[in-house]
Amino acid sequence: MTKLHIGTLALASALALPAQAQTEVQWWHSMGGALGEWVNDLAKDFNASQKDYKIVPTFKGSYDESMTAAIAAFRAGNAPHILQVFEVGTATMMASKNAIVPVGEVMKKAGVTFDPNAYVPAVAGYYTAPNGQMLSFPFNSSTTVFHYNKDAFKAAGLDPEKPPTTWPEVALAAAKLKTSGHKCPFTTSWVSWTQLESFSAWHNTEFATKGNGMRGIDARLTFNSPLHVRHIENLANMAKNGLFVYKGRGNAADATFVSGECAMVTGSSALYGNVKRNAKFASGIGALPYYPDVPGTPQNTVIGGASLWVMSGKKEADYKGVAQFFAFLSRPEEAAKSHQRTGYLPLTKASYELTEKSNFYKHNPGTDVSVTQMIRKTTDKSRGIRLGNFVQIRTINDEELEQVWAGKKSAKEALDTAVKRGNEQLERFEKANKS
Amino acid sequence: MEKRVLFRSAWLPWLLIAPQMTIILVFFFWPAGQALHQSVLQQDAFGTTAAVFVGLENFRQLFSDPTYLASFKTTAVFSLLVASLGLLIALLLAVMANRVVRGAPVYKTLLIWPYAVAPVVAGVLWLMMFASPYGVVAYALQQMGLPWDHLLNANHAMALIVMAAVWKQISYNFLFFLAGLQSIPHSMIEAATIDGATPWKRFWSIVFPLLSPTTFFLLVINVVYAFFDTFAIVDAVTHGGPGKETAILVYKVYYDGFKAQDMGGSAAQSVVLMIIVIALTVVQFKYVEKKVNY
Repeated sequence: MTKLHIGTLALASALALPAQAQTEVQWWHSMGGALGEWVNDLAKDFNASQKDYKIVPTFKGSYDESMTAAIAAFRAGNAPHILQVFEVGTATMMASKNAIVPVGEVMKKAGVTFDPNAYVPAVAGYYTAPNGQMLSFPFNSSTTVFHYNKDAFKAAGLDPEKPPTTWPEVALAAAKLKTSGHKCPFTTSWVSWTQLESFSAWHNTEFATKGNGMRGIDARLTFNSPLHVRHIENLANMAKNGLFVYKGRGNAADATFVSGECAMVTGSSALYGNVKRNAKFASGIGALPYYPDVPGTPQNTVIGGASLWVMSGKKEADYKGVAQFFAFLSRPEEAAKSHQRTGYLPLTKASYELTEKSNFYKHNPGTDVSVTQMIRKTTDKSRGIRLGNFVQIRTINDEELEQVWAGKKSAKEALDTAVKRGNEQLERFEKANKS
Repeated sequence: MEKRVLFRSAWLPWLLIAPQMTIILVFFFWPAGQALHQSVLQQDAFGTTAAVFVGLENFRQLFSDPTYLASFKTTAVFSLLVASLGLLIALLLAVMANRVVRGAPVYKTLLIWPYAVAPVVAGVLWLMMFASPYGVVAYALQQMGLPWDHLLNANHAMALIVMAAVWKQISYNFLFFLAGLQSIPHSMIEAATIDGATPWKRFWSIVFPLLSPTTFFLLVINVVYAFFDTFAIVDAVTHGGPGKETAILVYKVYYDGFKAQDMGGSAAQSVVLMIIVIALTVVQFKYVEKKVNY
């Protein structure tokens, strides 16, 4: 009898030990394809570097799909620990104060060293509350750049090493590409982001009042100013002459660049990974074009991409794991590796310097364009755009601009309507979140 | 001729329909009740702050939104096209398939297959055929001189989603029409032929009236399909664009609820949609059923 007792006790204790060893931290993200592999590698490396916590990344679909899933899960009481939310969802997350735990607080409670100043200002500033506390972890930030097909340039008689830097130059290059037989000289993805939001910051002009919404939720839209109307009119003319071909909402146009169908595209810097892997032509990256006669341009562009939010209602021990994971991601070598692999911006100033010192930018020309566009000092008008109901506002802009490209509305009409409809969304957000 | 079954016990009929009733209660009445409840509330996305009772505010906002009112017209056009095309083409195919003697099972299988395809898959399928740069049909159309552009041309976009929606539904309608046709007694058709009726006359005076129960049933089903089950196609193909030209009512419900996180507004829209479809069904039963010969 005693032998059986001792034996059972020994077995039980042997089984009990592994069960206490690792705390699981659930991470829901929207990175598919090559970026999904990057996420899985990050989790693998972190899990291998220590024994207390295990990060479990789960792909939950596109950005809005995973946000919807997380909201439903939160209401049911089983939200993940970490949720990747795209930049347009920031205001919604910020307004849901009881659903999230600010990153600054998570790091402090866990006792992990955390210096908000180590992060690239244009990036971290976007995810910081007016009182200076960092709310979410700036995981993958991209910005708007200009991708172009070097082979198509050569065939059209343009210098492949000199991408157009101003919008008039883009129109000229497009005309040359068209005469050389190219059916789609110029297109754009994320129309609202590239042609209205980033365009505004690049030209040091406001997209919305109150510093583009950074200073209060009573901001209202201002992107129907004469400069914006002028730009959309130019694009509309280009569309009429077949120089600008609309290829759909979101990033539907990206595929047309990678396939070689369209020669120039304004889009995310994170398209770089896809282009490097799949494009069968030499490609280059230039800065976002601007209008040289506007004072204060080029200023800086706005970020895209997403950040990591920490959901509330979890155990204290779990948050320690989250804090350690964020600290791991912020290590200079880790952040530099991620930046070089994906085309997303470097997380910290240290990772940027590390990448520069390793001559990465020299060997991969164009990869530093996104960084130089963002590392500039920001002004009050260019720090970033943070508006409520931003998802709807982007869709409204998509819809109104489609009417312009189809020739059904003038630029001024469309922008005025978009501002009116967008302001209704902002009013509703303000009313629903007055606290 | 109406069939009536007589039950002697008081509780057996209830027990027999209980499983079906449970399913209807759980999957229709309960969510519908929740939608009604949510439509008079305004809540934030995560539900962490208490929901505020706003009465009919959500409904008022809906009806003062010009894009919502435009959506009614879009939905009406879309449903009309889908229901009528679906029924006409399926009827034609059923009549033709009914006459085939050799290889009939092959034709029938091929015509019924598309029903097994999920709506979103059907949408993507048609999108692939028509979308440039990889769209075979789009390329062919452009070679023939037709500038196909479903991204910017509202009519092209509408045509594309109608095609995808109809393609899927034809199989379902075909199945029922074929069964209906085969249940028509041959003796009647032979009698009409002997009396010298042309095929055209035979069809309209004998076949079609005897097919009317099936047609009526399919009309109701097709209208409900066009209103509700087609949102996946719209989402996969046009996202309601260009502009808002293909944003049918049910797409707007999905968008406002799941993308814009506006639960109250979305619930209000589903309530309106439910009322519309109930009204349409009631109208159909009251007026069209009179013309059906059982």
